[in-house]
Amino acid sequence: MRFAVLLKWVPDLVEDLEVDDEGTGVDTEDLKFKLNEFDDHALEQALLLAGEGDEVVALTLEGDGAEKMLCTAIAKGASRGIRLTGGSSLDTAGLADSFSQALGADTYDLILTGVQSVDDRDGQLGPVLAARMGLPCVSVVSEVGLEGSTAMVAKEYSGGMVAEFEVDLPAVLGIQAASEAPRYAPVSRVRQVQQTVDLEEFAVSGTGASSGSSITGMAQPESGGGAKMLTGLDELVEVLNGLGVT
Amino acid sequence: MAGVLVVCEHLSGGFADITFEMLGLASSLQVGEVSAVAFGSMADRSGELGAASTVISAGCSDDFNPEEYAAAAKSAVETTSPDLVLVASTSMGYDIANPLAATLGIPLIAYCTGIEPEEGAFVCTSSLYGGKMGVTSTVPGPAVVMMLSGAHNADDGRIEGSPGVSDLGAVDTPGRVRFKQLIEPDQGDVDITQSGVLVAIGRGIGGKDDIEVAEELADLLDADMACSRPLVDAGWMPKSRQVGKSGMRVKPSLYIALGISGAPEHIEGMKDSATIIAINSDENAPIFDVADYGMAEDLFDVCEELIEELE
Repeated sequence: MRFAVLLKWVPDLVEDLEVDDEGTGVDTEDLKFKLNEFDDHALEQALLLAGEGDEVVALTLEGDGAEKMLCTAIAKGASRGIRLTGGSSLDTAGLADSFSQALGADTYDLILTGVQSVDDRDGQLGPVLAARMGLPCVSVVSEVGLEGSTAMVAKEYSGGMVAEFEVDLPAVLGIQAASEAPRYAPVSRVRQVQQTVDLEEFAVSGTGASSGSSITGMAQPESGGGAKMLTGLDELVEVLNGLGVT
Repeated sequence: MAGVLVVCEHLSGGFADITFEMLGLASSLQVGEVSAVAFGSMADRSGELGAASTVISAGCSDDFNPEEYAAAAKSAVETTSPDLVLVASTSMGYDIANPLAATLGIPLIAYCTGIEPEEGAFVCTSSLYGGKMGVTSTVPGPAVVMMLSGAHNADDGRIEGSPGVSDLGAVDTPGRVRFKQLIEPDQGDVDITQSGVLVAIGRGIGGKDDIEVAEELADLLDADMACSRPLVDAGWMPKSRQVGKSGMRVKPSLYIALGISGAPEHIEGMKDSATIIAINSDENAPIFDVADYGMAEDLFDVCEELIEELE
């Protein structure tokens, strides 16, 4: 069985975000990026599902972070890493177009990606990709089991409710959480992969896929809009006393 | 026909609040007739959807099915030709809105909190980057917009009435996704939806061993422990303690958020708490927008001092 995992490089929200000079994007200078955390769960789920003789292929777009993401995926147990070159757009429509070309060049039984990312303004990659490739898709998945040519998946609803679905393969899953916390790859192992493994490349042909909308403004929401800011422990204790909980 | 089509969401035999939030918003936009597509037997309750002038009855199973519901929504759009389609930014909505826009070849805007019509287009504000940025997009109609829960008042759309009902008929799908069963949440040792005081921890807690300080504080305040999603995914806290979109929706008299940044997914589950106190070292954290009281300080310093004071 062959699994594909789609990876995306996104701003680390631990950092302070600022609006760029054009006022329509995040200022990426000095900004730290990292692997989309949901993609990390998608990778973990694929690695947990893969048995002997199975193949886990990690794919991402070329650019900052591509080598690190792919080598880390291989260090964790992925079989191969493919870097997509020539993709024109980083919005969901563009990503779905690029990934569908690369995935269409081979056969995959299950395609996993993170349920969402911090900047997917024009939709979630999993279901957009699935629609483009004519495959079934379930999003917000937190459990996956394989039974022959089908997958049993648990989809999370609000209020802690979970629905179980049976899905014919090949299929796309938007992973909310893997059954286990994502494994850690030691830095030394990642470095070893970087030195010894040749990453593959796939050239995407530009089709001009676009989100069909444009960003006209970006702003940080006013901070502390609702909260009365307290400046010391005394004030906090006073509030707690007022609420009668101390 | 122009206008707005609202894709209704239901769970456990009732329309979800977001359905009424979207209906209220749709009416306020004044861009033509408001219609609503309701799935399965929920269309029999069209009287609850009085904010819409037409209810489209989609002949689906009552249990959500990604393939079937997306196909029915598409058929409803083709029948009504709306300028704007509103879908909930929820687990079900993800599997309706995305295939809907992709197969119709029309734009989609996600995580939307507000819409203004402007000369045949829609100016939409989305909450991105974990709620740290408000992004404005201009999109021409027809477009699909996914609305975040809680951005509008559900009561504005909760209007009894007798809208006309039009039958969409059965929906034909390949049947590649089959619903099996709905599993109720495991309440665990404590049902946090019933707790009076909650001490909730987020990623800012740092490591698993650091949870103790929050537990100590919770003990002193006679509170129960809760948490945001990442701590459950990391295996540090049980799922039964998770607050937010895919966790529990809580309304305690006091919610103390420690090291929680306030992503929209978390806020959805706790914004109805009577009083919210947020402690987070990042003064720009969106949690301070919903909190009643905030402290932009290191949570460990505050907790340790407070524990000493309470003891």
